[in-house]
Amino acid sequence: MKIIKDLFKYDKRFSVGFIFVVLILFMAILSFFPPYDPTIPHTFPRDLSPSLKHILGTNSLGQDIFWILTIAVRNSLIIGGISAVISRTLAILIGSLAGYLGGRVDRVISTVCDSFVVIPRLPLLILFAFIFRGFLNPLSMAILLGFLDWAWPSKRYRSQILSLKESEFTNTARFSGAYTLEIIAEEHMPFLLSYVVADSISGFIWAIGMETSLSVLGLFDLSIPTLGTTIYWANYYKSMLLGIWWWIGSPVGALIITVIGLYLLSVGLGDFLDPKVRLQRLSK
Amino acid sequence: MNLLKSYIFPRLVQWVIVILIGTTVTFIIPRFSPVNPVDVVMASLASYQTTDPQAMLKLKESLEDMMGLNENIFVQYFKFWGRLLKGDLGPSLARFPIPVIRVIGNAMPWTISLLLIATILGWLLGMVLGTFAAYYSHKSWSKILQVVIMALYPVPYYVMALILLMIFAYIFPIFPLFGGVGIGLKPSLSLNFILSVIKHGFLPAVSIILVSIGWRFMSQRALTSTLLSSDFIVYARIAGVRNRKILFYLFRNSLLPQATDLALSLGGIFSGALITEVVFSYPGLGQILYSAILQGDYNLVIGISVFSIIGVATGALIIDLLYPFLDPRIRYS
Repeated sequence: MKIIKDLFKYDKRFSVGFIFVVLILFMAILSFFPPYDPTIPHTFPRDLSPSLKHILGTNSLGQDIFWILTIAVRNSLIIGGISAVISRTLAILIGSLAGYLGGRVDRVISTVCDSFVVIPRLPLLILFAFIFRGFLNPLSMAILLGFLDWAWPSKRYRSQILSLKESEFTNTARFSGAYTLEIIAEEHMPFLLSYVVADSISGFIWAIGMETSLSVLGLFDLSIPTLGTTIYWANYYKSMLLGIWWWIGSPVGALIITVIGLYLLSVGLGDFLDPKVRLQRLSK
Repeated sequence: MNLLKSYIFPRLVQWVIVILIGTTVTFIIPRFSPVNPVDVVMASLASYQTTDPQAMLKLKESLEDMMGLNENIFVQYFKFWGRLLKGDLGPSLARFPIPVIRVIGNAMPWTISLLLIATILGWLLGMVLGTFAAYYSHKSWSKILQVVIMALYPVPYYVMALILLMIFAYIFPIFPLFGGVGIGLKPSLSLNFILSVIKHGFLPAVSIILVSIGWRFMSQRALTSTLLSSDFIVYARIAGVRNRKILFYLFRNSLLPQATDLALSLGGIFSGALITEVVFSYPGLGQILYSAILQGDYNLVIGISVFSIIGVATGALIIDLLYPFLDPRIRYS
């Protein structure tokens, strides 16, 4: 708690990110306590502009946009979270295999990684979602996204590990008789951990962005509210042309708050956890 | 000769591997499909036109034959490559009988020119701004720039395009809402046509640049801050070398890692361009991909996937092959 308080005070990026993320999480939690089932259409008059009764107005289907949005935020966060866990687990495994084993293993893994980094992922995702249309639910979507996002991070973990391996303190530890696993756990982990935290959040952001892209193209289960499908329906009913700006604006705004909040949080946390930056701060 | 062996040859091998992995994945994905692709095609064809059942049955047979679904998967795979090398990706189903390759060929120039301009401008702008922001890091404009770019960086391409479209085409109708060129204009070298193309391409290009600039700016700023403490810059400063010259040194020295990075991030930028094209109804690959999805045009979706992988891999290869021109160490090794 004290750490969060301190970070809040001294790091502007962290405090803004923190407020945004808390806001978004609060919305996601609210989704469990709706006053009525928000997914049922024609509950309210259509196209009401935002008012006290309907904070974000209602859409052309007669649904309250705010309560729909709470579910959408929750689902998008779930997809992003699961995907980030999968992709980063894979990335850490592959990256540390390449980094620590070195030699031929490293060369093979690096070549494969480099190839996957170059391949544009959106066309592949679209092909996949196109062929499995109607079979994708949030979980399978998250798994799919997770399995497509390991190449970049594992490349970066590898280079982090390589530079750690070359560092002076690793040699010092080795010459004073520490075991390899001990060095990895006690000397390298603090450095890697800060990296993993910041990097996982960027995986989160990527997955949310990709889910949005696929949903907007109509390639996801459109009956499940996510940030992407909410935008899809707003586009479908031409909300922008009809001047119902609160319908298209709400999910877009929520999406921007989510990604910017998460990003600022990751930058702040990454700097805070990184031993290198902390040492610099101490020496100042 | 040495350059060829130590530098160019490994790049070519990498290029082949990328294409091999990419196209193999696009070959495999449809085989895991829970539905028979031929049935999907038949269903979508039946919704366009009514033909007599006899002809439909014939078509079904020939489709099965074309996709080779009755054969062993390895035979299928080799046949797939055989057709691919000939440039034969089958006919487009929604625009039957126009071949997929022609549909893609018509869209290609739009995407390539948009991407080329947006990528190069975004790359240069990100590097220049990043260098300046790091060199003058204490100035207030540098800090403001940093905050602005930090807020732009995580925004998905789709949202950026949508916001630009809302503001500059809908609320303030400065730019057209859709298309690649004014309605009724024939491609020619007239001023009118060129101006129309620029006007239509402006917002899509800006939205790609705004998103792709974020990463470039931040990595360039980090690179420059490390360079600033390196011996040769410190020496140049003590020797009283002019700011302009030092900035040039900084730029020149970060060119190499940034070129490598550009080759690697090309896939991401390309994916973003696809989505941007959909938002602006720009007549490139993204737009035909979107219509292919809506119309269930199976062949076209596969064709575009394969082509974008080959295209991006080739783009990355070209950047890699330009590398020796930038780096004398590789040239003379």
